[in-house]
This record gives sequence, structure tokens and C-alpha cells, in this order.
Amino acid sequence: MAKLRQCAIYGKGGIGKSTTTQNLVAALAESGKKVLIVGCDPKADSTRLILHSKAQTTVMHLAAEAGSVEDLELEDVLSVGFGGIKCVESGGPEPGVGCAGRGVITAINFLEEEGAYTEDLDFVFYDVLGDVVCGGFAMPIRENKAQEIYIVCSGEMMAMYAANNISKGIVKYANSGGVRLAGLICNSRNTDREDELVMALASRLGTTMIHFVPRDNAVQHAEIRRMTMVEYDPAHKQSDEYRQLASKIVNNTNFVIPTPIEMEELEELLMEFGIMEAEDESIVGKTAAELAAEAA
Amino acid sequence: MTTLSRAETEALIAEVLEVYPEKARKDRAKHLTANDPGIEQSKKCITSNRKSLPGVMTIRGCAYAGSKGVVWGPIKDMIHISHGPVGCGQYSRAGRRNYYVGTTGVDAFGTMNFTSDFQEKDIVFGGDKKLAKLLDEVEQLFPLHRGISVQSECPIGLIGDDIESVSKKGAAAIGKPIVPVRCEGFRGVSQSLGHHIANDAIRDWVLDKRDGSPDTSTPYDVAIIGDYNIGGDAWATRILLEEMGLRVVAQWSGDGTLAEMMNTPKVKLNLLHCYRSMNYISRHMEEKYGIPWMEYNFFGPTKIVESLRRIAAFFDDQVKEKTEAVIARYQPMMDAIVARYKPRLQGKKVMLYVGGLRPRHVIGAYEDLGMEVIGTGYEFGHNDDYDRTTKEMGDATLIYDDATGFELEEFVKKLKPDLVGSGIKEKYIFQKMGIPLRQMHSWDYSGPYHGYDGFAIFARDMDIALSSPVWGKLVPPWKKTVAEEEVKEAA
Repeated sequence: MAKLRQCAIYGKGGIGKSTTTQNLVAALAESGKKVLIVGCDPKADSTRLILHSKAQTTVMHLAAEAGSVEDLELEDVLSVGFGGIKCVESGGPEPGVGCAGRGVITAINFLEEEGAYTEDLDFVFYDVLGDVVCGGFAMPIRENKAQEIYIVCSGEMMAMYAANNISKGIVKYANSGGVRLAGLICNSRNTDREDELVMALASRLGTTMIHFVPRDNAVQHAEIRRMTMVEYDPAHKQSDEYRQLASKIVNNTNFVIPTPIEMEELEELLMEFGIMEAEDESIVGKTAAELAAEAA
Repeated sequence: MTTLSRAETEALIAEVLEVYPEKARKDRAKHLTANDPGIEQSKKCITSNRKSLPGVMTIRGCAYAGSKGVVWGPIKDMIHISHGPVGCGQYSRAGRRNYYVGTTGVDAFGTMNFTSDFQEKDIVFGGDKKLAKLLDEVEQLFPLHRGISVQSECPIGLIGDDIESVSKKGAAAIGKPIVPVRCEGFRGVSQSLGHHIANDAIRDWVLDKRDGSPDTSTPYDVAIIGDYNIGGDAWATRILLEEMGLRVVAQWSGDGTLAEMMNTPKVKLNLLHCYRSMNYISRHMEEKYGIPWMEYNFFGPTKIVESLRRIAAFFDDQVKEKTEAVIARYQPMMDAIVARYKPRLQGKKVMLYVGGLRPRHVIGAYEDLGMEVIGTGYEFGHNDDYDRTTKEMGDATLIYDDATGFELEEFVKKLKPDLVGSGIKEKYIFQKMGIPLRQMHSWDYSGPYHGYDGFAIFARDMDIALSSPVWGKLVPPWKKTVAEEEVKEAA
């Protein structure tokens, strides 16, 4: 058996991390890989397409009911879905209360202590909440956890900003542990020259765009049925896209310490591709009335 | 040891600073000085209330300690919830010796620990629901409590629990005040900010609750502010004020009650003992209710007499006459104490390192016994404390702010005092060095030390500490003769 590979998926909120992760993992499972998904988001929507459920009962909710995590057994929190994929959701509070980051830390510690990372596994995928707002959400990339980080992004400005910021976070932990950036996954939004732009950003960050996942409504059709593409319509061309992504990840050896770029450089890149217009410094801080007076 | 000259004191400070790395030396230099009684503003020679340096073994506490441990904890008819994990409440439980009258667990709760005992799930999902449940349980199990305070431990501030709304809702449900206090331990540089936060909570949630109620006050109503009744201090204080003809309406907060705090805005004068921990509420009552406040000092007959006359000067001739009678009545008792102990203690040198008001307030009591304070400092004082200290101390005496473990040991080794007055963390270090130490936070399980009654005990305790035969059995390193050293080395 090959060594267990632990991967974390990061990216801007709403970019399609959970959808991409589950479709990718389904393709991996189809090819015979043993995979565990750890959802690290209080929303707990990282495993629904695998389990055909609304939301899996989470580690933290079960712990709260039982009293503490020490009262839980692994089988209480682990569910098995499509293709033998093991699923765990860390869970956490509703928005506005408590500390979701601590929930992630507690849940991951629990999984480690309970031996969830079994010998037979080929991959663990951590699907992490959009913004790394505190130490808790960086938990999956700390020492002895995920070694490979994939950033889901698109050709939109904020997605690129987020990718660059996440790279900065990786640099911080890359120096103390073994975490590496393993590539950008472009989840297409059909913007102009999107593939070129994401490839350009990837090369600045010192990595590659590992795959370009085209936009296809079939993904939504599958999602409404709480299924992944590979399960819902294995013959569909979009299923092949996820299979390609899966095979590229299986064969990926390009793990780097990223080279995040300065804000100016990022903005220049965005301007080059027409995503952002050049700033006119002469208008900064002027009211509409002042500008009208100048124009007259 | 003889008294040091200014140059010698400055040389000693320089010598002690020498071992620090440059950055630490620069910082610590600002906190150490040779006293100049002539200056008005201490900020010219000492810096205080700054963040402690890591690694220096500061003896400071935290904001929670300042609020729960000092200001709120002694209010005996309230239940003070240590909101967060169990340790903060459990390890600060009943350790402060603030005595009270009442039946613990029935109508008084001073030595009990109430905590929400946070678990992992409370951090993740928030502790508001647990707090609400705890408030209900407290009301069911201890129906005679008069109110609740919620003392925040660190996690409350980190996870953003809304203890204010839970408190408001709970208060409406049980019909008693519930006071949320944001005294998370990580706030501020010491327990001092906790005092301020606690004072502000009293101002915002307690003090105005009886505004507009019928005024049944007398012209002689006063409140004791900043006396925590350590070993019965406030009682020894109260007796004297009552003998003067004053009516003590409230004790803040030793053996105090919530109702006393609520009644304080109608007093004629606030008498402030511990300035550091309760000047904030005194100033507020001055601004809002026009109540003057006066600092006083009830340690040792000289300061007591001074203070009694200054307090009496605020009232009519009847009080002044009674005050003189009080002074006259106790004077023989004081004379007898001084006659007994002064010959035994005369000329003995003392170094102090405490908090609150004691680094300056007890100087007079030592002087009454013929003793001399040759070094003093505050754990968490501000510059207004040092302003009040420089005048009390002799010229060129040593002043240290937030002293480090190393500094204190070195100063004691060099100044060789006959007695050190500090806390439990210092006690055994210095006693093993062969130097008597009296705990001046807890009165070393003795007390009271306030008032005339307190001075009798103070004088006896200092004599016990200094005259114990045990010190003759222990030879500090600098008193060892060369011959003794050689014998030891040979063995």
C-alpha cells in the first residue's frame, strides 16, 4: 500500500470547493482509491453528495450531545457513502456564536486519537471553510496533517486574491512543517481567457493549474439529487473532467513552497487580462461635485 | 545594614540591571529608582502600569483576579460565577481571607466557588445557553442570594459570548440583579484593569438602582470604600467610625452586600482606603452624586490619629469632640503597645513589595514601632500611587515597580533588611535566605491590621516574625564566616 496522502482544499467562499472535492473524490473512489473526506466547515456540506444526505451528523454536535468528544466512538461520527468513501464532518456552531475554529481543531484531534487514518486509506481530503480567519481553520495544514494543498479558484478577481492570500498562509506553515502547494484547480465561471489567467497566476505562485474544470449544468443536476457526477451520470463528459482531475492528482508530484505575489503585481496581472481597470489616482478622494467642477 | 546614599542606591540599581540583555535593561531601568521625596510627580523618575517583560517572574495577576478576586468576590450576599473553565474559580476560591458574617450557602456565599465549568463543546458552540441554565439553577438552589455577577474568564472574550443579554434576560426572570463583568484575564497588563472594569460594572449595573428612592440618610452617613476585610480589617475600621458618631452605611466590599452598594449614593462622604482598586467608583460618585471622597490610612496610631481628625474635620463639632474622645481612649493602649514592642523592634529595616495601597500605607505603622522601610514597590500600581509614595519614603530609598524575581532577590541580598513584607510566592524564598517574611496580602493568616485593634496584632506579628529563635539557627550566606565556609567545603 502506498503512503497515505493528505490533501486540503482551500479557496474563496462559494467558489465550489465542496462540489469539486466530492466530485473529485468520487472519481478517485471509482478508480479504486480508498478515500476519507473530513469536512472542516460548520455548515457541514462537504459530504452530502457522497452520502445522499442533507447534512451528516457532525463530530461536534454528537460531542455536545454526549457531553464531550471523549465520550464518542469513531463509528458514531464516520459514515460510508458512494464507492466506500468514508465521511466525517467536524461541525460547529451556528453563525454568530461560539468558536468554529476550535471545533475544527477538536474534531481533527479526535480523528487522530481515534485512529481514523487507517492503513488502508490512500487519500484524506480536508474540505476547509473559505477564509482562513483564525488558527482553527489552518489546523489541516499544520504539522503532520495535510501535506498537499489544492486551491480552487476561477478567473474572477476575488477568487484570485483569495488564492494569493491562502498561498501566504501556506508559506507560513511550509517553513515549519512539510505542507506544500500542489496546484490550482480552476472551477470555471466562464470569464474571458480564464484558463490563461489562472495559469499565469499559478506560474507566479510557482505552481501549475492542475486542471481546468469547465462549467456544466449537469453538475447542478447531480447536486439537486445529492449525487456526484460520476455516480449520477458516469457517461457524461463532465464526469470525465473529474476523472481527469483525479488522475492528475494521483500522478501529481509538483509540490512547492508557493511564492505569493505583492498586491501591486496581482493587480497588474488582473489589468493585463482586463479584469481590473487601471486606477486613476487623480480622482481619489474627490466628491461628485468637485469632479463636475473640474470637468466644466 | 546602614541606609544607602543616593549614589549607592543608584549604583545598586545599575549593578542589578547589568545582567539583563540590552532591551530588557532599558525597560527595567524605567521601573527602578532612588526615591526623591521632594518631587511632586513620580512620572519623572518611575514608569508603572506597563506590560511585564516575559521571563522575569512577575508576581502580577490578571483582570479576572482584579474583578472577581478583589472587588466583587467579597460582596457576600451575591453569587459570583466564574464563567469559563473551572480552574480560575477553583484556584482562587476562599484564598483571600475576606471575612464575612453570614451562613455560607444560605445567605452568604463568599467562600464558595460557582463556575460554568466550560468544556470543549461550550467553546465551540458558545456558553450562553449554559450560563442561562446556571442562572436558573443558582436561583433554585440558593434562593436567598440577592444577585449574581458573571465574572468572565478568558474564553468568553475570545468566542464573543453575549453575557449581557443572557444576564438581562436572567435578571428579568428571577427579579434580582445580574451583573455581567467583562474581566477576561488577557485584558490589560495586570489585575489593575480588572479593578477598573469591576468598578465600571458596579457603576453601570448597580449604583443607580435606588436613585429616586426615599432619602432616609443622616448627616453622618459614610461608606468605607476599598476595605476588603482581610482578617477582619473593615470591622476594626468600622468600630472607630461608629465611635466617632458616624453611621457606616456600606462596606466596599469586605463583608459588604449588594444593598449597601445601592445605598451608597446617599452618603455624605466616601472614605477611601484602597485608592488603587476603588478610586474609579469614588470619582464617579463625586461626579454624579456630588459625594466627596477622602483617602485615609488606618495603619498604626500616628496615621490613624491623623486620619480620624481629617475625617472629623468634615463633620460638625459633636463628631470632632467624639473623635478626640476616641483618640484619648485608645492612646494608652497604643502607648502600651509601643512601649512593649518598640524596644524590641527599634531600628529594624523593612523591605516591602505588595499591591494596592500597602506599599505606602503600612510605612507609618512600621515607623510607630521604630522600624524603617528602606525599599518599597507595587505589583500593579500606577503613577498616582507612586506620587503618594515618594513623600512617605526616606530620601534615596529604593523604589521598584513590578519587580522581577531576580531584582527582588538581589535587592534583598544587598540591602539585607531585617524583615520583608510581601506575598506567599516570596515568603519561602526569603525565609530560606534566613530573612523573616510577613505576608502582607493575607496578613499571613493573622489580622486584622487596620485600626487600633489591628495595630496591636500588627505589632505582635512583626515581633513574632523578627524575634523567632529560628533565625538564629539559620545563617544567611553573607553572615557565614570564612571558617564556616571552609568547614563546609571540606565536608
